[in-house]
Parts: sequence; C-alpha cells; structure tokens
Amino acid sequence: MVPVSYYFALSAILFALGALGVLVRRNAIVVFMSVELMLNAANLLFVAFARSYAALNGQIYVFFVIAVAAAEVAIGLALIVAIFRTKQSIDIDEMSSLKG
Amino acid sequence: MTIDLLLFFGLAAVAVGAAIAMLLSRNAVYSALFLILNFATVAVFFLLLGAPFIAMAQVTVYAGAIMVLFLFVIMLLGAEQVLGRHKGGWQRPLAILLALALMVETGYLIFWRSDLVSVIQPAASDYATPQAIGESLFRDYLLPFEVTSVLLLVAMVGVIVLTKEERKKAG
Repeated sequence: MVPVSYYFALSAILFALGALGVLVRRNAIVVFMSVELMLNAANLLFVAFARSYAALNGQIYVFFVIAVAAAEVAIGLALIVAIFRTKQSIDIDEMSSLKG
Repeated sequence: MTIDLLLFFGLAAVAVGAAIAMLLSRNAVYSALFLILNFATVAVFFLLLGAPFIAMAQVTVYAGAIMVLFLFVIMLLGAEQVLGRHKGGWQRPLAILLALALMVETGYLIFWRSDLVSVIQPAASDYATPQAIGESLFRDYLLPFEVTSVLLLVAMVGVIVLTKEERKKAG
C-alpha cells in the first residue's frame, strides 16, 4: 500500500493550487471553484488519515464538509448572480465599492 | 505493491493535471469540466482508501449537484470569459510566490514528521461499510446530522431571498 505521506503531498499540492487560483484568477466563479478544490484537498487528507488510524470519524467529517459545501455553493452562486445583476460583471477587480 | 504505487501516481497525475488545467483555461466552462475530472479522480482515491460511501457522495453531490449548479450559473450569466484590461501585474508573481511558499512549508512538514511515513495497512473487511457509516452517523453524530438539515434549509431560504426579483425598485 501507499504511505500516508504520499496522500499528504498530493493534498498539499492540490491545496496550494487552489490557493493559487483564488489569488490569481479574476473570474469570481473560477475563484469559487478554486475554493472547492481546497475543500476537496482537505477532504482527501481526512479520508487518508481516517484509513491510516482505522477510524471512522474522518469519513463522517468529510460527509459534513460535503453537506456544508453544498450549502455554501448555493449561497455563493446566488451572491454572484445578485452581483452580476447590479454590476453586469463578475470580475472581482470590479467589486471594489461597498455601496451598491 | 507496485500496482498500488502505479495506480496512485497515475491518478495523482490526472488530479494535479486537471487542477492546473482548471487554473489555466480561459473559459470558465472548461474550468468547471476540469474540476469535475478532478473530483472524479478524488472519488477514486476515496475508493482506494476504503471509503465507498464517501466516494459515492463525492460523485453525486460534488461532481453531480454542485458542479451542475456551477455550470448552470456560468451559462445563465453568459460569463464564460472575463474580458478586459489587465491591471495590477504585481499580483500574479506575488500569488505564485505565496502558493510556492505554502507548498514548500507543507512539504517540509511531511519530512519533518517521521510518523507520517507509515504505510497504510490493509483494512478490515468491515471497515467503513455504508452500514457502519450510517450507524455512526445516526448514533454518535445525530445532533450534527440534524443541524446539517437546518443548515441546508437556511441555505435554501437564503438563496431564494437573494435571487428574488425585487418587486419595486427602491421601495
């Protein structure tokens, strides 16, 4: 079988790529997808450690993370739609004013 | 032994490649499709790690529902491409530098902690069956489970309120 550290490394790479996407991209939807990538990297590590310690708790946490991510995506995309209605753009550089 | 390693590295290459392609593609629809590929690969990793229930939840909820929502919104807004002027050129090198620092730090952590090198042992045959997950979920984690349903309800109501057309502008 594969050592846990390999999964750790893969998860770290995916997480760093997600963070890079959040920092670099300007399309709000792609930024949001990068956040999902980071959540997923954390999930992978949860499951790897759950398997490593032969415990179930990690998998249960991943289940809750998936449920919370579903709620988060629905709210976030609704916010993006609302912002698009007022500004006609989802470029995050455009979202610089606090007053609608 | 070697088959496991080959499988791991092949899947890891697909996952990292899909993530990089998601970052680089200019079209948001392509980004979403590459992210679906990445999620599917991670689901296979979950299967390899003996988590069939989580793997199926990953495919149906993440790669299915969530990404369909993403694609729906991308096509609803017609915002495949953010066009326009590129300003703030200093952000990109700084972001790459920060991401590299994050990766190096986590890598250092791996080699500093020697107990992570332990090889994953083959699990017991009844490890993490959907039945075991369900029993744990409804016995030990019943309250969080119910709170999750409230959270989803709140999210649903919030989305309806946020996207509702306003009846009259400014009252």
